[in-house]
Amino acid sequence: MVVAISIGAVDVPVGDVWKIVLQHVTGVGAAPSDPALDQIVWNFRTPRVILAALVGAGLAVSGAVLQTVVSNPLADPVVLGFSYGATLGAVLVITLGGGAALAGLGVPAAAFLGAVAAGALVFALGRRKGRMAPARLVLAGVAVGYVFLSATSFVQLQATPTELRTVMFWMLGSVAGAQWDQLPTVAVVVLVTTTLLSLFGRRLNVLLAGDDSATALGVDVNRLRAVLLALSALLTGTVIAVAGSIGFVGLMIPHLVRLTTGADHRRLLPLTALLGAVYLVLVDLLSRTLDRPNELPLGILTALLGAPFFLWLLRRNKGLD
Amino acid sequence: MKLTVDRLHITLDRTPILRDVSLRVRKGDIVGLVGPNGSGKSTLLRAVYRSLRPADGAVRVGEDDVWALSPRAAARRTAAVLQDAGGNTTGLTVTEIVALGRAPHHGLLGRDGAEDHRAVTDAVDRCGVRPFADRDYASLSGGERQRVLLARALAQNPRLLVLDELTNHLDIRARFELLDLVRATGITTLAVLHDLDLAARLCDRLVVLREGTVVAAGPVLEVLTPRILAAVFGVRARTERHADGVIRITYAARPLATDDTDDEVADESLQGRAGDD
Repeated sequence: MVVAISIGAVDVPVGDVWKIVLQHVTGVGAAPSDPALDQIVWNFRTPRVILAALVGAGLAVSGAVLQTVVSNPLADPVVLGFSYGATLGAVLVITLGGGAALAGLGVPAAAFLGAVAAGALVFALGRRKGRMAPARLVLAGVAVGYVFLSATSFVQLQATPTELRTVMFWMLGSVAGAQWDQLPTVAVVVLVTTTLLSLFGRRLNVLLAGDDSATALGVDVNRLRAVLLALSALLTGTVIAVAGSIGFVGLMIPHLVRLTTGADHRRLLPLTALLGAVYLVLVDLLSRTLDRPNELPLGILTALLGAPFFLWLLRRNKGLD
Repeated sequence: MKLTVDRLHITLDRTPILRDVSLRVRKGDIVGLVGPNGSGKSTLLRAVYRSLRPADGAVRVGEDDVWALSPRAAARRTAAVLQDAGGNTTGLTVTEIVALGRAPHHGLLGRDGAEDHRAVTDAVDRCGVRPFADRDYASLSGGERQRVLLARALAQNPRLLVLDELTNHLDIRARFELLDLVRATGITTLAVLHDLDLAARLCDRLVVLREGTVVAAGPVLEVLTPRILAAVFGVRARTERHADGVIRITYAARPLATDDTDDEVADESLQGRAGDD
């Protein structure tokens, strides 16, 4: 992380980064020699790198849980419609500007509400007679996603070119706007939900055995699905709200961990969080260095960089045959 | 632990599946549940392992109604090996699958302890799963898979074992090995079996279901009479205890129904034609 902080449009020596961060965290040490450097490191880069780590962890954990909840390896926050819900919320605020601002909603709040609304819809529509069958859940998610996507496209048609550019940049995701004051909320949500979800690790394992067997193993599958769905909607909504809709991390990172260290969720979820965090910090680092001083949206790079490695791993793994 | 099913009624999508079904499995007994396809055997099991709430009636394991117990408390008493049972366990090793059996013994904060380790090791050894304990479930043969699932059930440390077609699709040797394993556990067992010969071999008593009601129950020889075999399964057959102590069923070449029988009569030797599909 320190290295990621040190590199950017202006390179700061790693040693100076340490000094600045230590000085801010502990209040000891010499005041920075260069106020501009201090500004870059502490006010721009540090929150940005922390946010990237939190967002990466959140998306990856959410994907891992959703894949098990709907017993579908393709599941992630995008497939289940959460991301499209968030996108609609964000796009509405961006294009309606004044109107939504009057209602007191910023882009993050609207995106969060959109994701949670999508989660609630999937939950309501995927349930029949109190049972949440995996296939029905995932199809409900896809359908809800399409509805939100259509609505988003319709709103975009009414938008001005400037708004469209903002929308597009938001949809591809970025942590460039990271600010200290938004970090505590995101950090608390990501850490608390990830911890809770990890506590459900054993039951998530049981869910892999199939619904009837899981029931016979003492798990109330419908209640467990409801709880897990709610937690992952909350988690996804929170990170998408601040970073935009970043694809692929939620799909790929969990599989990457599964393929290398197995599917036991008690191990899988913490490792997935860690790898998701590292991955998005790296991708963010590349996004602001590949084309210095311009920045590329994260959504472009997550898949472009991750997919080849993922495909390589997929082809050499025997367990999937 | 004894199992009592008392005047059970189950309805699925407004279709009655089970009507007024009562049966008892005494402590330590193995009771086979037999009957044609669609007679409600698996549905009855679902009520026992608490997956399907009955419209009326009660299922008691020991003295307690399973629906009065929490899901976890019920799963500490009853373990099941089911037909769907492989699930989607890609990425779990055999040992990890067996360890799922410890789930009912832990709350959210529970960590694996010595007792869990002992239960898993014991189940792995008893079911002969050790040689492939570190392999992926998907790479196992049918017989090996069923032994893994039986080991998972034993790791639950249950007082009642519920088996749904444990030996389906297995070769004859694997069938015998599995049945011997079940016998050796000494655990009270209710087993759905399609194959009447295997049912006769494994079980102390049988319960025959037809169209959601019990039509016969009791010791094997008293239940598999020519009359019941004809009325319920549509075959002419007789059941005898042979000199080696094994109960065998001998089927007549020609089933009772006179239509569509041409492809059924090829085998005149009469062994093992118990409608195993």
